[in-house]
Amino acid sequence: MAEKVLMKGNEAMAEAAMRAGCRFFFGYPITPQTEVAAYMAKMMPKVGGTYLQAESEVAAINMVYGAAAAGARVMTSSSSPGISLKSEGISYMAGADLPGVIINVQRGGPGLGSIQPSQADYWQATKATGHGDFHLVVYAPSTVQEMADFAFKAFDTADEYRVPVMIMADGMLGQMMEPVVLPEPLSADELPEKPWATTGHAMKRLHNVVNSLYLTAEDLEDLNRERYERYATIIENEQLSESYLTEDADIVLVAFGGAARVARSAVNAAREQGVKAGLFRPITLWPFPTEALSALVPQAKAFLDVEMNMGQMIEDVRLAVAGAAPVEFFGRTGGVIPTPDEVLAAIVALNEKAGE
Amino acid sequence: MAQELSCVVAGFGGQGSLFAGKVIATAGLIEDREVSWMPSYGPEMRGGTANCSVTLSDAPIGSPLVLAPNALIALNQPSFDKFIDTVVDGGTVVVDTAMVPQLSEPAGVTVIGIPATKLCEEAGIKGLGNIVLIGKLWAEVGFCSREALDAAIAKCVPAKRPEKLEQNRRAIELGISA
Repeated sequence: MAEKVLMKGNEAMAEAAMRAGCRFFFGYPITPQTEVAAYMAKMMPKVGGTYLQAESEVAAINMVYGAAAAGARVMTSSSSPGISLKSEGISYMAGADLPGVIINVQRGGPGLGSIQPSQADYWQATKATGHGDFHLVVYAPSTVQEMADFAFKAFDTADEYRVPVMIMADGMLGQMMEPVVLPEPLSADELPEKPWATTGHAMKRLHNVVNSLYLTAEDLEDLNRERYERYATIIENEQLSESYLTEDADIVLVAFGGAARVARSAVNAAREQGVKAGLFRPITLWPFPTEALSALVPQAKAFLDVEMNMGQMIEDVRLAVAGAAPVEFFGRTGGVIPTPDEVLAAIVALNEKAGE
Repeated sequence: MAQELSCVVAGFGGQGSLFAGKVIATAGLIEDREVSWMPSYGPEMRGGTANCSVTLSDAPIGSPLVLAPNALIALNQPSFDKFIDTVVDGGTVVVDTAMVPQLSEPAGVTVIGIPATKLCEEAGIKGLGNIVLIGKLWAEVGFCSREALDAAIAKCVPAKRPEKLEQNRRAIELGISA
């Protein structure tokens, strides 16, 4: 097995992206994601890649659009306010069917917000990262190992479906260090062919067009319908989640990313008190792992959604539970990390209520 | 295997609290334990205090933020004052008395003060008070094997500064024998 190294989440995502064949990175500094860009600045030249600090987030995402159109594996990263700036470009990428990877190391919002860990961009990532009919595939890693694994996998998913893919991290995951085994680097000949890319036709084929402007409404409708067929395939094939101690759980917590770590500690503490708690952790936020969560409905007495925001994923949890059990919420916001003790108190209270 | 270590290392920015935490985390890595290291990265770092949470465990680690440490390394008075009451019953606190003149010892907590920065200065290895205190904490609670501790120091000190490695080793010894 490859050697375990101690790395920050931000650095692990950057290194794993390079190992997945990412050779272009366009970014702009913002806390708490700056180590992604710093790592790329240091390491990209060593593999013949391009690191460029753009003049703004808007410029950076449009550079990503350009490199993706030319067939390259390309990434950008930012934190919440910066992702808002990139949202126009992300919509254009989705509209032009361009694969690319976008990292969001979330901080407290709205507005300029705080620089502390948050998950308040759930709605933005899963419902409206820009205008128009589109989705991103959104991975929500919960450990530094998963940050490396999903930064690597994101490029394959993006290329396979020709969609932009987002990694949703937060300031906690980005800043913390954990042991990680990095994926084996891909060689250039292992990367997928992109016959649609604008690489120059040398008079040997029709020219390729990368575009998101369609002035004939029916043409755009056809393209959107075709894209939604791909989304249907993604929904069918790409849902990922992890269940922890849910087999006999009365109270099922639902949490992702950094909040799932706190929830896991709270579940362990609840078990020590004799409360049958478990944790369901969505790994893909879109597609939301509805099927796996629905499967827990017959056995759970109640669900407790735990997030570092005012309650966003809870809407998807309620859709999956479909009224069959109570779904309650506990969260801290603005950049405050919930403590295992306060989550435990919410579990105990819900357990008493569910037992009545 | 040793018991779980939930440690906070805290001091002024520049005293090396984040580095000290990394050494402890690296010792856990070398022993193939579950490890997490989480720094403070807020505005308090700019001219104020810097701290990190380090957990070494044999089970997967939930929240990496240590709110109830069983070990505290305090490099200055504000850090001691901020964290001393968070230490759990049975916990161990290692303090640089050259920087923390006012000590208190809550019931059930062992507070050990050594003049770490002064010991360094006298030994001609100024600025390694953080490492001296790691040595002292290790001597008190033995959070890893001696081999892992030495290997962690070797791994964390940049290879191109061999003289620094020797100084860090001496700092560890100073702490262990203090």
